[in-house]
Amino acid sequence: MKIIVLIKQVPDTTDVKIDPETNTLKREGVESIINPFDMYAIEEALRIRERLGEGEVVAVSMGPPQAEEALREAVSMGVDSAILISDRKFAGSDTWATSYTLSQAARKIGDYGLILCGKQASDGDTAQVGPGVSMHLNIPQVTYVKKIEKLGKVSALVERMTEEGYDIVETPLPAVLTVVKEINEPRLPSLKGKMKAKKCEIPVWTAEDLSCEEEKIGLDGSPTRVIKVFTPPPREGGRILQGDPEEVAKELGDLLKKAIIG
Amino acid sequence: MKETDAIIVIDEKCVGCTLCVKACPFGAITMEDKKAVIELAKCTLCGACVEACKFDAIIIQKKEEAKAVDFSLYKDVWVFAEQKKGEVQSVSFELLGKGRELADKLGSKLCAVLLGDGMEKACRSLIERGAEKVYLVDSPHLKAYQDDPYTKVLTSLVAKYKPEIVLSGATTIGRSLISRVAVTLRAGLTADCTGLDIDPEEKLLLQTRPAFGGNIMATIISPNTRPQMATVRHKVMKEAESDPSRKGEIIKEEFGEDALASRSKLIDIVEEMEETVNLAEADIIVSGGRGVASKENFSIIRDLALVLNGAVGASRAAVDADLIPYSHQVGQTGKTVCPKVYIACGISGQIQHLIGMSSADVIVAINKDPEAPIFKVATYGIVGDLFKIVPLLTEHFKKTLAK
Repeated sequence: MKIIVLIKQVPDTTDVKIDPETNTLKREGVESIINPFDMYAIEEALRIRERLGEGEVVAVSMGPPQAEEALREAVSMGVDSAILISDRKFAGSDTWATSYTLSQAARKIGDYGLILCGKQASDGDTAQVGPGVSMHLNIPQVTYVKKIEKLGKVSALVERMTEEGYDIVETPLPAVLTVVKEINEPRLPSLKGKMKAKKCEIPVWTAEDLSCEEEKIGLDGSPTRVIKVFTPPPREGGRILQGDPEEVAKELGDLLKKAIIG
Repeated sequence: MKETDAIIVIDEKCVGCTLCVKACPFGAITMEDKKAVIELAKCTLCGACVEACKFDAIIIQKKEEAKAVDFSLYKDVWVFAEQKKGEVQSVSFELLGKGRELADKLGSKLCAVLLGDGMEKACRSLIERGAEKVYLVDSPHLKAYQDDPYTKVLTSLVAKYKPEIVLSGATTIGRSLISRVAVTLRAGLTADCTGLDIDPEEKLLLQTRPAFGGNIMATIISPNTRPQMATVRHKVMKEAESDPSRKGEIIKEEFGEDALASRSKLIDIVEEMEETVNLAEADIIVSGGRGVASKENFSIIRDLALVLNGAVGASRAAVDADLIPYSHQVGQTGKTVCPKVYIACGISGQIQHLIGMSSADVIVAINKDPEAPIFKVATYGIVGDLFKIVPLLTEHFKKTLAK
């Protein structure tokens, strides 16, 4: 089975500042990593390949040229090949345009049984791209997957996390699955993997390579516009209560009474 | 069908295979004399049929597509009313609260759309909370959420009635569903909003949301597409007050087997919360971190939560140390919560944890280490031993809340 894993390169820390002059993100000095949720997707794809004893895992990332680093890391973990989707024309893509572009990449790769990705990215936190890709490809999706119970050639039985517990869902393949942390523990890159990652060629696919319709990509293809970016006022530390435990507990109890009783 | 229409079927190429009929999310295609006929009034030019046709027999003519959508056709504010086991979820009442404000600013109507099985009575609760119209689709196929039928039904209703704004909770269901609807309708969608307003001049929906784990806020608009769609974070907006004297209209919509079919199959729904209170819904959360030190010790956290009728949360450190299951984890890789009171016990307050809980109204931190970052965000901080203080608090509330 061919498995496509969609990954995103994100800033390592969530402590990102904005430049008040230009209103853009200050990304300098911030290291980039693979979106933590996508790590679980990579790991799950590798486990499926190992379990089946056959198959191919292709990592795909859409982003600027430096997103190649994220793909090399995926190769070092064990994916068979990696493709970078990069073109100046993709700049300014929102989730609509991004999911369209990624779906075009999946079409070009073709013959996939599964598309895996993290439930959301840790920078944008939208959780919209996975479902968007499934809709553009007109294939089923299961979101928030915490376990792949059974995987056959034409269908999969999975557990989908909900607020109260989980749903057991059977889906025909091909399908898009977005995964949560609970699904596995990502492995560390192997030495052999690192060597391979250094040497491997990562092709770059452009809008033209993907036969993208111009009006569906980049800023023009994005229905949403960011009009303002600002830093919320930091939450101020409040009162420190002091004294012996009994007094402090009573004082706190009284302070919370209003908030708790409502 | 004329050559100048935005979408045309080339009869010479059409073999009558009906693939396009199945692909159309809007039921706009029928077969006449073994040729596809597209009903333009229903068609949104989404292109699903063009995609599905293996014979290149359907063409969307771009010149026509570029024609601006007539925004004046789009009216009303819609709330997707989420139900589980037949019960309308409280996030829907929050959306009606905010939706009322938006509808009043636009001078339009507030409507709810409800999908389920045997939900007619539940429409009343939506009307009492301010919905002037409730679009109801009642079918055994819609009893529990499934991606395919919910997507098709909601997409069709939106295409038919053309609301100006569509809101949904940023819940598991809402996030899975709305993105697919927005893709099909080619509509702008903003995820997980914590603020919504109407721009007084342009009358556009201003959607404000946190990004980068809440370190940055962004305001987003969808100027050139309709409807303007947003998912909204649970527990941020105030619920609409219920008024039994309110009146509203229930509009029942029927859908055929095609629209209600699902490719994936929901086999079972499993509930596995340890307590009765769901973290995302909880008004009060008592959370434990590495400082709790053992599985057994978590009972003192549970006891306080129980007295306060709250839920039990945990930091990643506590989950990783196997003190408590992952379903309790609050933070970046766990759940984002927004309770009235969050009591952090033995939690140092790593940024990843703060992201998940810093929008709580009141934060209490109990920690031995006076330098712990949690104190920087705490409304009330106690530097001390949680094993002494937490049980005393439990006792205190047992007494005061009993009164």
